[in-house]
Amino acid sequence: MGKTLFELINLLALVAIVLLPLVRKGKALFVIIIFLQLFLGSLLALGVIVGDSIEFFYRGTAVTSVVPIRIDGLSAWFILVIGLTFFTGIWYGMHYLKRYTGERANLTLHYLSFVLVYTALIDICAVQNSFVFLVVWEIMALGTFVMVILDNHKSKTLKAGINYLIQSHIGILLLTLAFIWVKLETGSYDFNAITGFTSSLSASAGLFLFTILFMGFAIKAGFVPFHTWLPHAHPAAPAHVSGIMSGGIIKLGIYGILRMLMLVRIDMVMVGQLLLVVSVITGVYGVMLAIIQHDLKSLLAYHSIENIGIIGIGIAIGCLGIGHENPLLMATGFAGALLHTLNHSLFKSLLFYSAGNIYLARHTMNIDSLGGLLKEMPRNGYLFLIGSLAICGLPPFNGFVSEFLIYKGIISGIITSNSMSVLVILFALLGLVIIGGLALICFTKAFGIMFLGKPRGRPEPVTEDEGKSYPLILTALLILLIGLFPLLLGPTLVKVTALFGTARGVAEPYGLREAVNSSMIIGWYSLGFILLTVVIFLLRRELVAHRIVATEETWGCGYQGDNSRMSYTASSFVRTYRKLFSPLLNIHSSREGASGLYPVSMGKETYPGDKVERWLIDKPLNLSKKLLERFSFLQNGNIQAYILYGLVFITMVILLPTIYALAASFIKILNQL
Amino acid sequence: MVSLLLVFFVSLFFMGVVTRIRSLTSGRKGPSVMQPMWDIVRLWRKGSVYSTTTSFIFQLAPITYIASLLVAVLMVPHGSRAGLISFEGDFIMFAYLLAFGKFMMIIAALDTGSSFEGMGASREALFSMLAEPAFFILMGSFALFTGNSSFQGIFNGLYYGSHFSYMLGGLATFVLIIIAMVENSRMPVDDPKTHLELTMIHEVMILDNSGFDLGLIMYATHLKFAMYGSIIASFFIGSLPLWLSIPLTLVIQMFFAIVVGIMESFTARFRMGHNPQFIFILTSVAILIFFGVLMLLGRFM
Repeated sequence: MGKTLFELINLLALVAIVLLPLVRKGKALFVIIIFLQLFLGSLLALGVIVGDSIEFFYRGTAVTSVVPIRIDGLSAWFILVIGLTFFTGIWYGMHYLKRYTGERANLTLHYLSFVLVYTALIDICAVQNSFVFLVVWEIMALGTFVMVILDNHKSKTLKAGINYLIQSHIGILLLTLAFIWVKLETGSYDFNAITGFTSSLSASAGLFLFTILFMGFAIKAGFVPFHTWLPHAHPAAPAHVSGIMSGGIIKLGIYGILRMLMLVRIDMVMVGQLLLVVSVITGVYGVMLAIIQHDLKSLLAYHSIENIGIIGIGIAIGCLGIGHENPLLMATGFAGALLHTLNHSLFKSLLFYSAGNIYLARHTMNIDSLGGLLKEMPRNGYLFLIGSLAICGLPPFNGFVSEFLIYKGIISGIITSNSMSVLVILFALLGLVIIGGLALICFTKAFGIMFLGKPRGRPEPVTEDEGKSYPLILTALLILLIGLFPLLLGPTLVKVTALFGTARGVAEPYGLREAVNSSMIIGWYSLGFILLTVVIFLLRRELVAHRIVATEETWGCGYQGDNSRMSYTASSFVRTYRKLFSPLLNIHSSREGASGLYPVSMGKETYPGDKVERWLIDKPLNLSKKLLERFSFLQNGNIQAYILYGLVFITMVILLPTIYALAASFIKILNQL
Repeated sequence: MVSLLLVFFVSLFFMGVVTRIRSLTSGRKGPSVMQPMWDIVRLWRKGSVYSTTTSFIFQLAPITYIASLLVAVLMVPHGSRAGLISFEGDFIMFAYLLAFGKFMMIIAALDTGSSFEGMGASREALFSMLAEPAFFILMGSFALFTGNSSFQGIFNGLYYGSHFSYMLGGLATFVLIIIAMVENSRMPVDDPKTHLELTMIHEVMILDNSGFDLGLIMYATHLKFAMYGSIIASFFIGSLPLWLSIPLTLVIQMFFAIVVGIMESFTARFRMGHNPQFIFILTSVAILIFFGVLMLLGRFM
């Protein structure tokens, strides 16, 4: 059954590759194929979650050797999470792409990339042969590149796309190195070989192998300092692709890390502590930079980095749980991380789609030039509000449930673990709280400035298109559903989390189910909170029903003129914060001061920069550029010179072995003397 | 249940006591202790004026604010007697519920489109963010100390074995009092009685609220003080019998109100730029408590 489904999904991709470019009604065919694939993929994953895991083998070729296909709970969870984002993303994309109707070739390529990326994603979660894994990983990376550069006539988009392409290939390079190392030592491409290999290695070598693998996947996931492609790619991509990328595709990095954690046999306490520090830095750094972004989509992109940090904290707590053999820590950590993966994919895609609707209406993503949108697009506004509240981890929404699980892991980690771990976990507690507080600043800014107050400038009125908001409403409902009834997901989370124990020969760890389920009780209190709010609301309505209600201008301390240009902007909202954290941030500002006797104009512009990017990417790149410029005389545009290079090259190719042989024989003679 | 009734009871006259103390220290007789509460009741009976710029968010915010606070109050224990809601990790939900209320109040302030209120909102968001870690580390330390992660478990397991642990209790009280001051935007972080909008935080955020909504927001301040007072009291009453613990709670709440009154009378408001440093001191004190607990348990290295 599983095998048939798996093969059918891949077969559909082949059909799409052949048919899509040929058919006139490409859109209809695409919709049929992708939704069929999504349906089959979900069926496959649900089957695994309800029943047993699937395992079968393909004989493979001489190069790849045997290709094992294993779909366990972890794979199924990720197939479902990413599939859900694909579903809403494509649904939303169908409306978003209406602007591109004329560009048929471009659209066909775009459709095709969706089919390929989704198929690659299923394969990534299923294939456990490192050679084939790298191939499908590459397909996914290339497909995502094509998805991002839909607006390929804009040089900024292309630049961001190529930046992404290069960085994800650095990731692939790292993965290749690690897999080749395993292959050379064990002679097998099977993932299971990693288990045996790492247990035979010394502690430090095992950690080194895991670090290479981690870095490879971290580039995809966006852990600091490997995040620099993310804030460029997300704003460049169309809204539905940003949503899918942020909600789905970067989660593949998380999948990779979790899969490797399941396989490697190294000191998990050490891994947990390292991962915890990296994740806390990722989370705090992500949100710190998110606050100062003026472009809504870069703001959301930096928030993805923050959420990856939160997921990482959960994973790290789980690792510490394995290391200290503490099931409570393990359960809350991994379950929190897995649930946060799902939650983030929901609210982040909701926010990106909502941002897309704003873009379609106003053609700008600059927060400072938007205002008062709630009155014009109320539906979109309230959906954005739900997403904002959820991403801040506030009850009664889903973000709170997963953050609560992780907090609980942290608190029980503080209670139970000893010395060194306690200090690291305290650091995580501090980090998670600061992340929460900063996210609050960030989203009060984003929602408050864009949707509330008065419109800035004189924008033309917009009418809200209903069709565009259906996928958003579905996502918002799921957010609320998980927030109020997290128990629904309890058994699944327990099943997936238990895999980390069974992989180490422990049958379902004692207390796992208990630990996850007892935390899910918060859903009922969230429900109570909503009910109480409704009761107070009705009570208030009854009480004030017969009172005098008047409307007036906002109190401006006596000023009565038009004050739409006086209202608070995003920059002024975060000014105190920016001053406070300025040593850690990198803000370029250019000031045009008033000068002369009759000053005409003055102004100030600030651009948020990224310190990590500057030191890790820009500076080394400039240095290497300088070094290579010394050889620029070689490229002189002179055809004779180029022919000369060719000749020199050919001569070298022919002569070098000869010279080598001569030298070797000469040394031989010398030796014999 | 006891704690809930006590919090409501104390909330009726807490601010009255504070005002009375302020009057007494400045040599006046001052209004009756119930006067602030009567003011709120008067507000509840009034009509409202809404700004034309505002949307539904502005009307929703005070309601969610008070509702989140009420659910949080339900979690407050009375010493070792659990509040109506009690579960492992309830203090996390407690803090996040308060954050929810704050989120709504901040966006309601931005809803008016007034730059004054935006200013207040910006400060409120930043300062409450800075105060949050202190509360979590404080509760984390006591979770470590008692091996429990709910309010009830923590206060139940709290025992004062050595002089050292009294010091921890004292420090915790200090941290909680200052957190209460920051959360309620009182001296020395914010001066609710100032006359200049530019220098306010909380008061400037609610410039445009009136009538019933304003009453709700004002009452929320009273409730918050009583709530924090109740948590502070829980540090000391432990599992004493009710006939002793209830008067003791009232005495501690009274003491808390007097401290607030005296602090407000004799300190000046900080310059805005100095507030972050001051608030961050709380986190360092909380970390100090954490290390104190680690030493006490002999788990240091």
